[in-house]
Amino acid sequence: MAKSIQIYDPALCCSTGICGTEVDQQLVNFSADVDWAKKNGAQIERFNLAQQPMEFANNKVVREFLARSGQEALPLILIDGEFALAGRYPHRNELARWAELSSEIEIQPAASCCAGSKCC
Amino acid sequence: MQFLNQPPRFMFFTGKGGVGKTSISCATAIHLAESGKKVLLVSTDPASNVGQVFGIQIGNQITSVPAVNNLDALEIDPQAAAQGYRDRIVNPVRGLLPDDVVKGIEEQLSGACTTEIAAFDEFTTLLIASPITENYDHIIFDTAPTGHTIRLLQLPGAWSGFLEQGKGDASCLGPLAGLEKQREQYKSAVDALADAERTRLILVARAQQSTLREVARTHEELAGIGLKQQYLVINGILPKLETEHDALATAIYQREQAALNTMPAVLKSLPQDTITLKAFDLVGLDALRQLLIEAPYQRKDSDHLPVELNKPSLSHLVESIAKDSHGLIMTMGKGGVGKTTIAAAVAVELAHRGLSVHLTTSDPAAHLSETLNGTLDNLTVSRIDPHEETERYRNHVLESKGAQLDAEGRALLEEDLRSPCTEEIAVFQAFSRIIREAGKKFVVMDTAPTGHTLLLLDATGAYHREVARQMDKAHLHFTTPMMQLQDPKQTKILIVTLAEKTPVLEAANLQSDLRRAGIEPWAWVINNSVAATSTTSSLLHQRALNEIVEIEAISKVHSDRYAVVPMMQDEPIGVQRLLALAAGKLLNKS
Repeated sequence: MAKSIQIYDPALCCSTGICGTEVDQQLVNFSADVDWAKKNGAQIERFNLAQQPMEFANNKVVREFLARSGQEALPLILIDGEFALAGRYPHRNELARWAELSSEIEIQPAASCCAGSKCC
Repeated sequence: MQFLNQPPRFMFFTGKGGVGKTSISCATAIHLAESGKKVLLVSTDPASNVGQVFGIQIGNQITSVPAVNNLDALEIDPQAAAQGYRDRIVNPVRGLLPDDVVKGIEEQLSGACTTEIAAFDEFTTLLIASPITENYDHIIFDTAPTGHTIRLLQLPGAWSGFLEQGKGDASCLGPLAGLEKQREQYKSAVDALADAERTRLILVARAQQSTLREVARTHEELAGIGLKQQYLVINGILPKLETEHDALATAIYQREQAALNTMPAVLKSLPQDTITLKAFDLVGLDALRQLLIEAPYQRKDSDHLPVELNKPSLSHLVESIAKDSHGLIMTMGKGGVGKTTIAAAVAVELAHRGLSVHLTTSDPAAHLSETLNGTLDNLTVSRIDPHEETERYRNHVLESKGAQLDAEGRALLEEDLRSPCTEEIAVFQAFSRIIREAGKKFVVMDTAPTGHTLLLLDATGAYHREVARQMDKAHLHFTTPMMQLQDPKQTKILIVTLAEKTPVLEAANLQSDLRRAGIEPWAWVINNSVAATSTTSSLLHQRALNEIVEIEAISKVHSDRYAVVPMMQDEPIGVQRLLALAAGKLLNKS
């Protein structure tokens, strides 16, 4: 049974962030990575705090994380409901490992690692 | 009236603002209701005045119109719809999530995207079979000005495609889980629109060349997305009888007839009705009942009372604007009141005095180059074209942010940039760019119709709040576009209106909206005034007498700084005629 990845995004207008007054490079890259991983069979769900806040409120781990660390600490990534990563978006190879994608798939990152200022 | 024959379930009235869509759709709704049908009248205009027409409060819920049996009305206000949408999302988590988190969610849902999505959602539910709509024989839509209408009507098609292709997840629209669930609804809405048995589109126009050209474009665009069942109504035509011994009436009559004779061929093939100009304002039930009935004007004793008007001209206002040597001048008002003409006249007047001027428009329906029809030293002209701006913004994001993405990633980003929100952002950015120029010279902006303008300003406001929040953290000094709009030394807002009851009310509403945003309009410009001419036509004379009452009200209640611009014999096109218009002179007056 493949593991499922849940990504709890901060409050975004949209998941690539193109609707903001400034486009966030990390979000653009990450959206591409998620798309890639899904095409290769990964089970990934994204929840946007601005649009699906009930998903945050109904999950004990997420709700307590928000109360403890605040929304600045998002994104939060859970694997099968358990804490995996917080405070930054995962890279493509991390997604591949979590989703247990076959090692035969070539992992070409969508963008070079240091594209965004806060990426590395 | 042909458009009233065998009316289908849905009727949409569309056309440039100020052509009389609201009056005609109200009159149609009254006509159908009084013939025993159950009717719902829906306004989707962000600056709706259907309530004013019936003298009741309507708002964002179905309200019965007490004076007319079988008639209910509803005003879809995008801002109110967005608030309702915010509440649906935020209320269930209040108390469950930390307060600052809830605040952050609300902030995010205050943007242009939410407004678009929420308004669209409301619109869709009326086009599908539901307990709310099943009791009505007819649903009459008094739609927003053309550009907005087109977007609204195009949305169901575009969004169904979006969701079907499974692109929803990554886009602006996708995260709205609610949308995905209602995919069937969007499809039904599109089907209803494209079904000639169920939907009739009535294009409303005035007998003006530019308006008719624009209506032809609307016709083709909407026919292109499947709304093929179209009718044409030409409103407010001056009867031939009025042309006897009156130069102005003759000029207007000839201009109107010429426009009708040369209307684009695609319009000539549509079923067509004409409605003559009335001497009365279209307020109240009796006036509306008479609108669709053709009766010759009944002469009155008051027809020969002299009209005396000695009011400041537009050049008089420009005189004091010119003292500042630079600044932002914005003409605002409901569509169709002549913002483009007034903006062009102000710009030409300033340039004529040797001042450096940049004239620009964000009104998708405006034809600045047509209005100007010539060049002048010191005057540059530009246009914020929403389509061009969106394209430029798209390319910019793809080139900068998408540069390092692989092909798949780029395709995804491109898909996202096709969402309806992108246009709002792009237009807003272009708008802020031009505002900055006003520190060095005059920038004259002819803004989009009221509702859109307010959305634009709100986007500026949201940006202002965001910048202020970040700057506060860093203790930096800053100026934002909103602050510039609020500073009367930098920005002068001219509210443009006609001297008629409804336009004056609308202008007053706009003024109070602006005041709520901390912006004080600088002056009012009363355009197209018959009272400022010396007409001898009985019908026009009667309208002039009505105007005097409104002009008095404006000067006493709304603004002590104002100008009156006469109705011109010839269309105010070209530098010379614009200068004459500003001076308040009739060029061809014998």
